[in-house]
Amino acid sequence: MQTNLAGFIKDTPEGREAEAILRKCVHCGFCTATCPTYQLLGDELDGPRGRIYLIKQVLEGQRATAKTRLHLDRCLTCRSCETTCPSGVEYGRLADIGRHVVEQQVPRTGSDRVLRGALREFVPRSGLFGTALGLGRAFKPLLPRVLSAKVSPGHAAGVWPAPRHDRRMLALAGCVQPSMRPSINAATARVLDALGISLVESAGAGCCGAVRFHLQDHDGGRADARRNIDAWWPDIAAGRVEAIVVTASGCGVQVKDYAHLLKEDPAYAAKAARVAALARDPAEVVLAEAERLKPLLAAGAGKGPRQRIAFQSPCSLQHGQRIRGVVEGLLRAAGYVLMPVADAHLCCGSAGTYSILQPELSGRLKANKLAALTAQGAERIASANIGCIEHLSGGTVIPIQHWIELIDEKITEGCRKSG
Amino acid sequence: MADRFEEPAFGAVERDFSQVDKARLVQALSRVLAPASLLYDLEDLRPYECDGMAALRQLPLVVVLPDTEAQVVEILKICAAQQVPVVARGAGTGLSGGAQPHRFGVVLSLARFGRILSIDAHARRAVVQPGVRNLAISEAAAPFGLYYAPDPSSQIACTIGGNVAENSGGVHCLKYGLTIHNLLKVRGVTIQGEIVEFGSLALDAPGYDLLPLVTGSEGMLAVVTEVTVKLTPKPQLAQCVLAAFDDVVKAGDAVAAIIAAGIIPAGLEMMDQPATAAVEEFVRAGYPLDAEAILLCESDGTPEEVAEEIGRVRAILERSGATDICVSRDEAERLRFWAGRKAAFPAAGRISPDYYCMDGTIPRKRLGEMLRAIQDMEKKYAMRCINVFHAGDGNLHPLILFDANKPGDQHTAEAFGAEILELSVALGGTITGEHGVGIEKINQMCSQFATPEIKAFHRVKAAFDPAGLLNPGKAIPTLNRCAEYGRERMGRTSPQAHPDLPRF
Repeated sequence: MQTNLAGFIKDTPEGREAEAILRKCVHCGFCTATCPTYQLLGDELDGPRGRIYLIKQVLEGQRATAKTRLHLDRCLTCRSCETTCPSGVEYGRLADIGRHVVEQQVPRTGSDRVLRGALREFVPRSGLFGTALGLGRAFKPLLPRVLSAKVSPGHAAGVWPAPRHDRRMLALAGCVQPSMRPSINAATARVLDALGISLVESAGAGCCGAVRFHLQDHDGGRADARRNIDAWWPDIAAGRVEAIVVTASGCGVQVKDYAHLLKEDPAYAAKAARVAALARDPAEVVLAEAERLKPLLAAGAGKGPRQRIAFQSPCSLQHGQRIRGVVEGLLRAAGYVLMPVADAHLCCGSAGTYSILQPELSGRLKANKLAALTAQGAERIASANIGCIEHLSGGTVIPIQHWIELIDEKITEGCRKSG
Repeated sequence: MADRFEEPAFGAVERDFSQVDKARLVQALSRVLAPASLLYDLEDLRPYECDGMAALRQLPLVVVLPDTEAQVVEILKICAAQQVPVVARGAGTGLSGGAQPHRFGVVLSLARFGRILSIDAHARRAVVQPGVRNLAISEAAAPFGLYYAPDPSSQIACTIGGNVAENSGGVHCLKYGLTIHNLLKVRGVTIQGEIVEFGSLALDAPGYDLLPLVTGSEGMLAVVTEVTVKLTPKPQLAQCVLAAFDDVVKAGDAVAAIIAAGIIPAGLEMMDQPATAAVEEFVRAGYPLDAEAILLCESDGTPEEVAEEIGRVRAILERSGATDICVSRDEAERLRFWAGRKAAFPAAGRISPDYYCMDGTIPRKRLGEMLRAIQDMEKKYAMRCINVFHAGDGNLHPLILFDANKPGDQHTAEAFGAEILELSVALGGTITGEHGVGIEKINQMCSQFATPEIKAFHRVKAAFDPAGLLNPGKAIPTLNRCAEYGRERMGRTSPQAHPDLPRF
């Protein structure tokens, strides 16, 4: 499209990046077809093409109002549009730039401001979050409905094998996952241990930075990234680890973006690029060890009826990280039957803090996603992201787990059978 | 012969709508629509200023987003009472500016009419709202072994209401017909707010057949609120042949040869090398990147029919000089072959910031000639043009690549395009294959039709819309425009058009 960026942004790194992206867009509209909010609301302004146009308007000098900010707030950042776009428009990057400018032009006020501030400060602090969640669990019946609905029961983590292999990988603990589902990283450690890899968490690393960054605290998000890089660097520099495993796909997509986040920081640019290159989703790691995995799964294969699983592929996995079909293949190899899921490309509505900030749209997407996942009689639901798991769990009695836990179960069964 | 009919005013000169009172209009509409369904601030209007033809932009006064047919009726009555122009819009993926707003008018979006109302698998028909996406109809019909055949390349996003307005075609229309051949009924609302239904559930009906009239009427006769489509049984087997050529003219001649042999493929498409390279990056279908042109030829039917037809097609392709031929091994590969072709236009965005997509149709046997002429025009205008064709029916889509940020580039691209269209007419073809006339080709209508024909078109429209409020300035030119366009072209090879017309 034709562009004419205004003076305030034209010659900045963000301005140049935004312009290059805007010039890729040819306004074809294919993206509207797979945008969850456009399909719900039917308004060009609530679809990717319209949002691109709104951002273009702002960057060309038309001052935004709360209306533009609302349309951008309603975007899930699921990046389904990027998967659909034949021109290669990097919508996610443009949305980051546009939202940052709009946030400055239309500052938050009142309860909206307080809520966003609280989310930025509270969620990334895993110690604080864990304590609060513990209290929430203890006093759940006394909490107001809207809060008690978000307090999930605890899940036992199980054993985390001691590091015994030469091959090592780092795991990101993250902010909410340790208190909400410690079983995920523990199961990952067990699966990797069986595959000859020891997984270790680094105490100094914490939130990946997505929460702050997506609430327009770009400085805070970068600070989180630097802290994590600092915590991991000694092991990386010494060549002790071959990858950084990020079990929540929402965090995985953020860590893989560290190079871009810190490209203007001369002290961190090179390290960030190295860290980003080492970041892996567990699907990638397990797939690479497929040969070692096969006999372990075969040992666990029973003669009974195979469990029917519906796989919810998070947006951050299929669109953000472009990992498609891998988890499904691993689950099938493990002996599960995968049920077809309609509209599998559409977001479940969790989208980080979206479920708190846009409850109505989030709720509609959650209902649609659960209906699609359960339509074919699945007994269990597998996912790849803590946010999706917690979000969907609140709406169904069918157990929802990270897929790695299902692989862990099969391997454990196999070990038990072979004695 | 004496002219007994009074010419409608809108036919002579484009009507001046500057007297429209925006405040009064908004006030009336706000009694019918909730605030979120009524947009009138500049910030909200701008993303609606164009459709898929982003070079043609115009801000409207107001955008409305109704949810029900009753609201559509009220909106049209208000516009009729206040004499406000109305432009209907679906997904806004059109390529001729058909949904470009009117400066003093309302954009009436049907995007919220997204429900599939019923599917009758035995009768092979579906009743759908106009905002339902083309592909969504096929997805809903799939469990019954049926699909909706016309497949415009934008089918992932374009709406059936828009397909009706443009009489859209697509890759498989060569064998299965255009939108009009796959419709049973269209229900709509006139500018007076009257509900009208065209067509019937039976294959024919007494009286004048008005369904083909409204199909392709580009939003100028009625606003579509419901469509009854025919569904087609899915073939047992479909296979696609991918053939590479070292010369575009040879590929063009191969197309003509296939049709001349009496074969009607399910789809027959061509892409030249730059178009193929751009799209391969997106779709990774395994297209040969060194071929000057590739042909995609599909056969569907029973396995025996398909095997026989593909055998004949291969022989023709070999005789025509194909350097490589392969056949899709399974359904997934077949869909990948087509996915590239369908994404070809927007994939041009990878190699150029803007493109101007042409849409002329010529007799198949002149394809080679046209391609040679386009190569000459590339040198004349110093501009690249990549080519994608519905080769089977001679419908060409040259994509002229330009950069709107460069002064004069868009103008040059338009001149290049106009020359291609006029050559299409000169070679015995027509100025539009399937994208509609819209605003983009309205001048070329003056080349294709003479004054009495254009007057006849105006009279038909006047029977539905005497005040000329539905999508004014589109599709059918005013006599004044033809006079001015004729004057512009004086001094070129063609004689003065419409010498009988008084100049204003």
